[in-house]
Amino acid sequence: MRAFPILEARQIVKELGQGEGKVQALKGVDLALYEGEFTLLMGPSGSGKTTLLSILGCLLTPTSGTLTLGGESVVHRSAEDLADLRRRHLGFIFQSYNLFPTLSALDNVRLGLDVRGFSSRECKERAAEALIEVGLGHRLKAYPGTLSGGEKQRVAIARAIAPEPPVILADEPTAALDTENGHAIMELLSCVARKNGRAVLAVTHDPRTIPFADRVIEIEDGIISGERKKHAATVIPARPRQPQAAHGTPAPYQERKRQAHA
Amino acid sequence: MVTKLAIRNLVHDRARFLVTLIGILFAVVLLAVQLGLYLGARKMIVDTIDHANGDIWIAAYGSNSFEQATILHGRERFAALSVPGVTAVEPVVASFAPWTRDDTSTTSVVVVGSDGTLPPWNVAEGSVSALSPDGVAVDRTYADTLGISGVGSVAEINGQRLRVDALTEGIRSFTTSPYIFMSLAKARELLSVPSDQATFYLAKVQPGVAVSGVKRALETKLPGTSIFTKAEFRQTNLDYWLFGTGAGVALLGGAVLGLIIGTVVVAQTLYSSTKDHLAEFATLRALGSSSFYIHKVILTQATVSAFLGYALGIAVSFAVAQASLHTPMPIMLTPQLAAMLLVVTVVMCAVSALSSIFKVTKIDPAMVFAR
Repeated sequence: MRAFPILEARQIVKELGQGEGKVQALKGVDLALYEGEFTLLMGPSGSGKTTLLSILGCLLTPTSGTLTLGGESVVHRSAEDLADLRRRHLGFIFQSYNLFPTLSALDNVRLGLDVRGFSSRECKERAAEALIEVGLGHRLKAYPGTLSGGEKQRVAIARAIAPEPPVILADEPTAALDTENGHAIMELLSCVARKNGRAVLAVTHDPRTIPFADRVIEIEDGIISGERKKHAATVIPARPRQPQAAHGTPAPYQERKRQAHA
Repeated sequence: MVTKLAIRNLVHDRARFLVTLIGILFAVVLLAVQLGLYLGARKMIVDTIDHANGDIWIAAYGSNSFEQATILHGRERFAALSVPGVTAVEPVVASFAPWTRDDTSTTSVVVVGSDGTLPPWNVAEGSVSALSPDGVAVDRTYADTLGISGVGSVAEINGQRLRVDALTEGIRSFTTSPYIFMSLAKARELLSVPSDQATFYLAKVQPGVAVSGVKRALETKLPGTSIFTKAEFRQTNLDYWLFGTGAGVALLGGAVLGLIIGTVVVAQTLYSSTKDHLAEFATLRALGSSSFYIHKVILTQATVSAFLGYALGIAVSFAVAQASLHTPMPIMLTPQLAAMLLVVTVVMCAVSALSSIFKVTKIDPAMVFAR
């Protein structure tokens, strides 16, 4: 039996734009993340993955719905409160690494700790430990410009894990990497989840990453269209499909896939 | 980490950083020169008043400057002497006059005649106590203007021959007409002032007696004259020359201009740097940094720029001030002015950072996921 979720989103709706240009990017999403679990959020472009990730990361406020993080409600919080929640509960890994080009690998990780108020000594020690943990103990003083794509993503992972947040959110962590580096990064994220008991959620397009995940959640047109656990043969529909034909929205991804196979 | 990140952000684009530093340098130099000239002007205006041996100045009614006062009748001296608390009243003659050089060309000077009440100071060559009946003391700064080569040189005022008996160092005139110090008798003779009249009477007040009380008594006793304490006469002269003529306003205006130029240059370069690093600031925000943390980075960038720009600017300013020391318009770059300029530079850069701070305040941390 699973423990209580660290992060739980219920009936998340997000409307983007205004007036006639208004679109519903998320149409009532339910999602929960648990300790020690590596979850993938998959779906085609425009399905709402990034919007959902932004909301789960307390970077974007939902139009409606509830979000709890570490037992605290995230809704109706000020920007500074949200920043505080991110500091205490979240680590981020970005597709394009988002490293500071003027800082060494060690300083990039230190910076992530410094914003959280760790002491200078602790920042240095934890940063070095995190870089050693991701296999970059020999590249502490290297600048992002001299690192390979895989190494840069390892620095980003070190930055995310160094403060030991309970939840790590990764946006397309392997998109800019070759197969070998992509596998290595997914292994590392899987290890981060299992070894340290963190909830790791990675948004990805890349089907090669599926074997590394404990759970795969599929999203399409702003709704969760399916969820499968490790080694599960079929997709479990997450919730009954909503009527589509009335406004001409395409059928969910999994259903189209099934239809194609049939 | 804040300081490190701020410095790295600055030096990341060296060309822009150089422009920032040059902008601050020019602002500091402009401020230092204008304010230094202003302080120099103040000193020139009040130097003669500060060196006069008297507590109260009696001048013709409406007098507002040392150089342009009209002649008193003479009876004021004895009337003043009868006021309780007054121990002595000494005459001083001061007026513009034409100085004729050896080559017969002329220039305007200010004749200052007294018998010890307003003697020249900072005597560098010759002796004031041994002034001959036709002897005068002039400042070295004006040697070329007056056409003299040193002690022993001769010239004329109003057709009367004079001999330079002493040279002083650093007695300058705000009006650019050099002060020519001489005996009271000689000044009266040159300016055709009757022997019982003078431009000013300087009253000495008995120690322990309130100067303000004596001043009030003199005002009652001498209607139709202007009575000033030393401080009041200083202020009257400053007000007239600096603000009545607009000269001080021009100097201060130049300083304000320097401040505006500096603020605009720093604001522009800092804003452009902030825009370039916006994605990094958004990443910081996404990582959970408070707005204050990011503001600290920007303010540190501004402060580092301020200190470096100030160091360069003040070094250039000191060189300029040093070069002006022996000119008729010296720039007085005092330690107090240098310290004030440091504060002004830091504040200027902090104000310049405001536009950048507003920019990052509006930052959307969700942009970290933008493709």
